[in-house]
Amino acid sequence: MEVKPDNSIDLHGEMCPINFVKTKLALESMESGQVLEVFIDDGDPMRNVPRSIKEEGHQIIDVKKIGEGYRLLIRKA
Amino acid sequence: MVDQFLEDKTTKLNLAEMKSGGFIKQRQKDLFTIRLRVPGGRLLLKKLKKIVEAAEKYGADYVHLSVRQSVEIPYVNIKDIDALRKELEEVGQKIASCGPRVRVPTACSGCEYNPNGLMDVQKWCLAVDEKFFGMPTGHHKFKISFSGCPIDCFRTTEADLGFQGQMEPKWNEETCVGCTLCAKACQEGAIVSNKDGKPIYDASKCIYCADCIRVCPTESWMENKRGWAVRVGGKHGRHPLQSFKVADLVPDSKTFEIIEKTVKWYKENGIGRERIGETIRRLGVEKFKEDVLSNGSKT
Repeated sequence: MEVKPDNSIDLHGEMCPINFVKTKLALESMESGQVLEVFIDDGDPMRNVPRSIKEEGHQIIDVKKIGEGYRLLIRKA
Repeated sequence: MVDQFLEDKTTKLNLAEMKSGGFIKQRQKDLFTIRLRVPGGRLLLKKLKKIVEAAEKYGADYVHLSVRQSVEIPYVNIKDIDALRKELEEVGQKIASCGPRVRVPTACSGCEYNPNGLMDVQKWCLAVDEKFFGMPTGHHKFKISFSGCPIDCFRTTEADLGFQGQMEPKWNEETCVGCTLCAKACQEGAIVSNKDGKPIYDASKCIYCADCIRVCPTESWMENKRGWAVRVGGKHGRHPLQSFKVADLVPDSKTFEIIEKTVKWYKENGIGRERIGETIRRLGVEKFKEDVLSNGSKT
C-alpha cells in the first residue's frame, strides 16, 4: 500500500550535513504524522541522513532505490 | 602534611608537591613550562578562567595545548612555581606529570552528546586519572587513552594502553521490514541485504560500531552487549609502534583490573627505559595475554 507524501524535496547533489538540515527544515514546516518524501544520493548521504532523522525522533517508513539514488519516506514525529 | 622545602637565597620550592613532575625546563635559564592535569581534555570554565588569570600573572601571553589535551603554561620562573601551583589549587586545578609514570589519560568528547559514543569515556578517564595518576612504572612513561567508538579519534592504536568502545548488535527478524538501511549504514561489509531486503550478518567483519542499530527505523537491530576493545603496546615518538588488540567487548567492571595488571606486568617484565610496546614485542603478545588476561578478562 503506497503512502502518499504530503511534501517532497530533492536532495540530489547536496552534501552532508546540508542535506540533513534541509530535511529538518522541511519537516519543521509540516504537521506531526505527515509524510515527507526525500530524494537522496547513495553513499555518505544514505549512510548519514537516515540515522540523523532517527536521532531527531522521526520515522523512516519506506526506502526505495531509484536509479543511482534513493527515495525515503519520513513520517514526522 | 609534611612539607619539604628546598631553600636558598632566592628559590623556595615544595618538593613533595613536585614529585610527579609536570614542570618542564625551557631553553631559557630559570624558566619552566607548567603542564596542567586535564583528564580527557574536559576543562571546567571556572578552572579555565583561573588558568588565564594565573598565566597572565606568571607566564606569557598564551598557553599551549599539548597533543595529549593538557594546557601548558610556558615561561614561568622557577621562583613562581609554588605560588602558581597554590593559585590553581584554589579551583582544584592540578599539575600534570612527566617522567616514567602513568600519565594523565586522554579521551574523546564523551558519549553523553557525541552521537557515535558507545562507552562513557569521560567518566572512565576521570576515574582512571584519580586512581592511577603518577604511578611510577620503573621504566618509562605509560599513556592510557579512551575512545568512545571504533572511529578511535583518541588513537588507542598508539597508546601504551587503550580502551575503545564497542557494541555488539543482535537482530530481531519479526520486526524487520527489510528496508536495507542497515546494509547501507554498514561500512564494513558485515551486513548485506538478501532479496527481501533483510540483513545477512557476518560477525567476522563486524567492528561493533553500532551504525546498524542507530539507523534501524524499527529497532530490529539492538544492543546485545557493549564493552571495550583493549589495545596495548602502542607509542609514537622516534620509533612509533602500533598496539596489539588483546580483547574485545570487555565490560566496565574489568577496566581497573586490566590497568592494574598491565602496569604490574610492565614493571616486572620491562627492561631499562623500554616502553611496554617493546617489552611485548620482546616477550610476545601471547605471553602478555596469558599473564594479564587469562582469568576471564578475555571474552
